Amino acid sequence: MLSRDDVLAVARLARLKLGEKQIEKFGQQLNGVFDLFKKIDQIKLEEVGETSQVTGLKNVLREDKVVSFKSKKLLDNVPDRKENLIIVPRVITEKE
Amino acid sequence: MNLAGLKISEASKLLDERKISSTDLVKAVFERINKVEPKVKAYLKILEESALASAKKSDERRERDKSLSKIDGIPLSIKDLLCIQNVETTAASNILKGFVPSYNSTVVKRLQDAGAVIVGKTNLDAFAHGSSTENSDFGATHNPWDLSRVPGGSSGGSAASVAADECLGSIGTDTGGSIRQPASLCGVVGLKPTYGRVSRYGVIAMASSLDVVGPIAKTTEDAALLLEVIAGRDPLDATTLDAPVPKYSQNLDKNLKGLKIGVPREYFAAGVDKDVEEIVQQAIKKLKNLGAEAVEISLPHTDYALATYYIIQPAEVSSNLSRYDGIKYGFSTLADNKNQTLEEVYFSSRGQGFGDEAKRRIMLGTHVLSAGYYDAYYRRALKLRTLVKEDFEKAFKKVDIIITPVSPTPAFKIGEKSDDPLKMYLSDIYTVPVNPAGVSAISTPGGFVKRKNKDLPVGVQIIGPVLGEQIILQVSHQLEKAINLNQKPKL
Repeated sequence: MLSRDDVLAVARLARLKLGEKQIEKFGQQLNGVFDLFKKIDQIKLEEVGETSQVTGLKNVLREDKVVSFKSKKLLDNVPDRKENLIIVPRVITEKE
Repeated sequence: MNLAGLKISEASKLLDERKISSTDLVKAVFERINKVEPKVKAYLKILEESALASAKKSDERRERDKSLSKIDGIPLSIKDLLCIQNVETTAASNILKGFVPSYNSTVVKRLQDAGAVIVGKTNLDAFAHGSSTENSDFGATHNPWDLSRVPGGSSGGSAASVAADECLGSIGTDTGGSIRQPASLCGVVGLKPTYGRVSRYGVIAMASSLDVVGPIAKTTEDAALLLEVIAGRDPLDATTLDAPVPKYSQNLDKNLKGLKIGVPREYFAAGVDKDVEEIVQQAIKKLKNLGAEAVEISLPHTDYALATYYIIQPAEVSSNLSRYDGIKYGFSTLADNKNQTLEEVYFSSRGQGFGDEAKRRIMLGTHVLSAGYYDAYYRRALKLRTLVKEDFEKAFKKVDIIITPVSPTPAFKIGEKSDDPLKMYLSDIYTVPVNPAGVSAISTPGGFVKRKNKDLPVGVQIIGPVLGEQIILQVSHQLEKAINLNQKPKL
């Protein structure tokens, strides 16, 4: 069971700001889904290997070629910028 | 002649014979869009100007006997999850509203290089999270067969646009059934290729080890025509398979004598609608009449597949969606309030930009990957994935194809499940196991069921092995001919 504190902790890890109503609603809905996951506790898996992808491909490489992009087109998508620089709030703050 | 109602194969022939032009065809499609789109709402963006320009170029090529392919001049729609250079691509999410990609997805590039005309971008559940297209941040799409019902999802806009003759074919994506289920609910053909058969480059990522791009079309032959254009290795997607791409469309007339059909007992347990089951049984009977042999098989880990999928998929979603941070592109609260810390920008941009379903999946995924839960959930799911995959491998040693329902029910009402994510997830039960296993599958129209005096289409799922596209297309084609459905939705 996910408690209210669990929901807040997950939202914090996921960098999501939730409203008061959402905290409650998501808590209930996520608990419903976790009930579905209980099923996987019923099976013995010690001897089974993990599958993270199905192609069997390994170390697929390609030539390291430079493909030039029109940087203006890329930068047009940036929410806040000055010429070719992306504006970001300051990360280092003075010690309070 | 009703040009918008043509199949790709028919239009291609008429174009070849110079009986119609691509411009005629594309204009007819836009007339149709103008007429029915207010009811169906399949599109997020209509690209009339560029489509007519492409059609004109296609006609000029044909004039000079320089046509590029069988789909040169054919009007198609594209799910708004695939990047088209210089065309807004939103994934139906507010957080990507206004995002204009500076490059093409490989699939779009291959279609354009073959001369296809892109008429618009279709609606989806935001970030492809859903089975009804109701999770779109820009409004729901309606099922052309009954406008009060969902078209399925997440490629609901693509399936509805094909069913409503608002294009001749479409491209969707499938992570747990997002091509097959809407194809089934809209009465069209939807093919989920083998994982790695089609490049994912330039496709907004949902769950990268499960995502596949594939065609949605009016017939099996049309799906084959599209697949042979988009399939193949791509140096820009390291997970694409280096296997030759057959001319699928030229090899559909196979004699089914001796074909072994597996009927998995776990897929016909309680839970499937009686009328839906009847349609699947009828399809098996039709194939038996054509000389195929049906045997009962077991895919013993089916019961675990849904839980496995709903752990792995959100885990990958949470990681893929971490890139939307309000800094580099997409929605940001920074413009309105410059006095925020970096962390506040992340929290508020993501909090306001993502819809409820994206948030739920990000949280589910974050939780199953977090310290203390990783072993209990994520690692166990990866192990179960091995068992689900082995179920299919063992089955395909005994049979050539597997036949199952696509969805437990026909199209449900808009709003019926939208407040209950678990109920929505459970409707994916027959399509989901295919993706963690990476095998190929197609949804073919099997018949209609009556609900409240409306005919609702029901698809049949044909599952094939890894790189089994040719065999499932052959079976789908024979089934289509044997069932011979000619109904169109009345709009």
